[in-house]
Amino acid sequence: MTRRRLLADWLWPLVVFGLLALAPVLHVSIPKLFDQPISSPGTLALLASCLIWGALALTYDIQFGYTGLLSFGHALYIAIGVYLANIAITDWHWSFWEAIVFTMVVALAVANVLGFVSLRVSGIAFAMVTLAFAQAGAVLALKDPHHWTHGEEGLGADYTKLPHAFVGVFNTKNLYWLTLAFLALVFFAVRWAVESSPGRVWQAIRENEQRVEVLGMRPRTYKLQAFVLSSTLAAAGGIVYMLLYNGSTLAVTQPNFTLTLLLMVVIGGAGSRWGAVLGGILYTYLNDRLIAIGNSSTVEGLPHALRIPLEQPLFLLGVTFILIVVFLPGGLAGLVSRGRPTGLRRLEEAIRPGGSEGGAPEAQETA
Amino acid sequence: MSTFILLTITGLGLGAMYFLIAAGLSLIYGLMGVLNFAHGAFITVGSYGTWWASTHVFDGVGSVLWRFLLSAAFGLVMGVIVATLVELVLIRPLYSRHIEQVLVTVGFQLAFIALITGVFGPDPKVFLVPPWLHETTDVAGAQIPNDRWIEIIVAAVVLGLLQLFLRRTRYGLIIRAGVENRAMVQALGIDVRKAFTLVFAIGGLAAAIAGVLSGVYFNVVGPEQGTSLLIFAFIVVVIGGLGSIGGSAVAAVVVALVQQYTNYYGSAGMGDLVVVLLLGVVLLARPRGFAGAVVGGRA
Repeated sequence: MTRRRLLADWLWPLVVFGLLALAPVLHVSIPKLFDQPISSPGTLALLASCLIWGALALTYDIQFGYTGLLSFGHALYIAIGVYLANIAITDWHWSFWEAIVFTMVVALAVANVLGFVSLRVSGIAFAMVTLAFAQAGAVLALKDPHHWTHGEEGLGADYTKLPHAFVGVFNTKNLYWLTLAFLALVFFAVRWAVESSPGRVWQAIRENEQRVEVLGMRPRTYKLQAFVLSSTLAAAGGIVYMLLYNGSTLAVTQPNFTLTLLLMVVIGGAGSRWGAVLGGILYTYLNDRLIAIGNSSTVEGLPHALRIPLEQPLFLLGVTFILIVVFLPGGLAGLVSRGRPTGLRRLEEAIRPGGSEGGAPEAQETA
Repeated sequence: MSTFILLTITGLGLGAMYFLIAAGLSLIYGLMGVLNFAHGAFITVGSYGTWWASTHVFDGVGSVLWRFLLSAAFGLVMGVIVATLVELVLIRPLYSRHIEQVLVTVGFQLAFIALITGVFGPDPKVFLVPPWLHETTDVAGAQIPNDRWIEIIVAAVVLGLLQLFLRRTRYGLIIRAGVENRAMVQALGIDVRKAFTLVFAIGGLAAAIAGVLSGVYFNVVGPEQGTSLLIFAFIVVVIGGLGSIGGSAVAAVVVALVQQYTNYYGSAGMGDLVVVLLLGVVLLARPRGFAGAVVGGRA
């Protein structure tokens, strides 16, 4: 391992995560960026939201950016974490740890079964099938046949069963650290996975699936691995999400939840760890701040036509997303690593027939 | 028995809307390889265009029927215009970059729904229709709401016209040939891109019709209505086989009927689950859908 690799692999992530870990003890204000001091519960909660979305976006990037699987059903696995853990704790009165182990086992099983079925088809059909399965989950949570999810009301977590360190406004800093630790876990897990030998096959599949097949490997097995890893990490993220927001609401089951992750990954840069994380953080931050600006008194004085886009952050974010797809296919990460095609551009080159020349070093390495 | 008839005809009415949405999706995918999320926006354009015209433009028209028809015509024209613009402005510059084309349609759909919510508010709007649409007709003891007939007839007419267009006209021939083998059509010196714009315009029209009919069916229009219909239309397209209009029609009827029967005879919400299960079974047994067109061969 060269010195440069060592820097990129260990030093930078550790420095960044280390600095982020200091946030709860920083009693300073940054006037324009945050309304309250960094160490205040309000700002820490916002930062923790940014970090959990960054982590969830990164789990989505395993299948989308690294393996080239366009899924519209990632929300299903996050929802399993958010709902099942909460149901086990609040409705069935299980202990916290039992609930977590049970949730992870179920998530692993569901990811294997549904992944096996959906990967019978590829490309756009795969996207539709995953969307349909997620929709089934959304219907189950809404209709609530066993009175577990409480439908549209949502299910508040029974805080007496949760570890005390994660309950109450005073403990926001612990939730923040938990979220940061989860992000770091996903970050290093993704790096380990994509640099392992199956991980290289995933990227080869993204570049040119036929070529992987010609080399005598079964792409479906590898795609299933990526799908299961991505989905299981997403379910774990769902548990953190549930702790962070004190319960479960139907929003996590909706197709828009997955589309939001897709937006984040593409804005940040598909197939790039920092890109996906940055996309998630920026998107969540902007979404929160734009709503705050939209409700402020300065905006109310604006003419109607200007006010509407500001009150609807999704409008501005959607337009930004379209502009990035059209003009900046590598996302924000593509700005940094110019020259080397990244993300979507590479995905596209790979998909185009005959576009694999010079684009698949990973495939050769694994041969 | 009368319940069964009511469920069947209501199911056919729902299936009519699924078909109108799925037909455009299926043609667009078959020809261009694009999964068009913006279709949800086209549905919304049709329903909101009609609602807006009937309260702001044609509110002086005395006859309710004429007011509804004029407003619906306005909604449909808007649907065609928006769909054509989406193709020209968003899809065309990304020619042959399928994943990016899907992504811009996703972005457009999200931004458009946010815009509609911002301009008209999140509450559902009451949809003005001629009162006799809400009266019922007695069919063998079952009281069938009249609007169901309109939905079924409109979808049948659209199906007939689409088949005529695809089989009897030169552009229909180009579209059918393009679905089979786009490269060959281009090699023959035909500008396939005109056909792209055309299928988007047709898809936008059909989706806008579905939007107007959804207003008639549900009595109200809301910003999220298009998206929820779109998801079932996606399922219909996959089950029916991508690129096949006939397959979409059959699948739309099957999906809607299964949904209706299970929701009534099973428990509420079961129908949606059974439809997804049906999708899983079809994919396991016939990964190419009923009609056997290419699924997942592209992109």
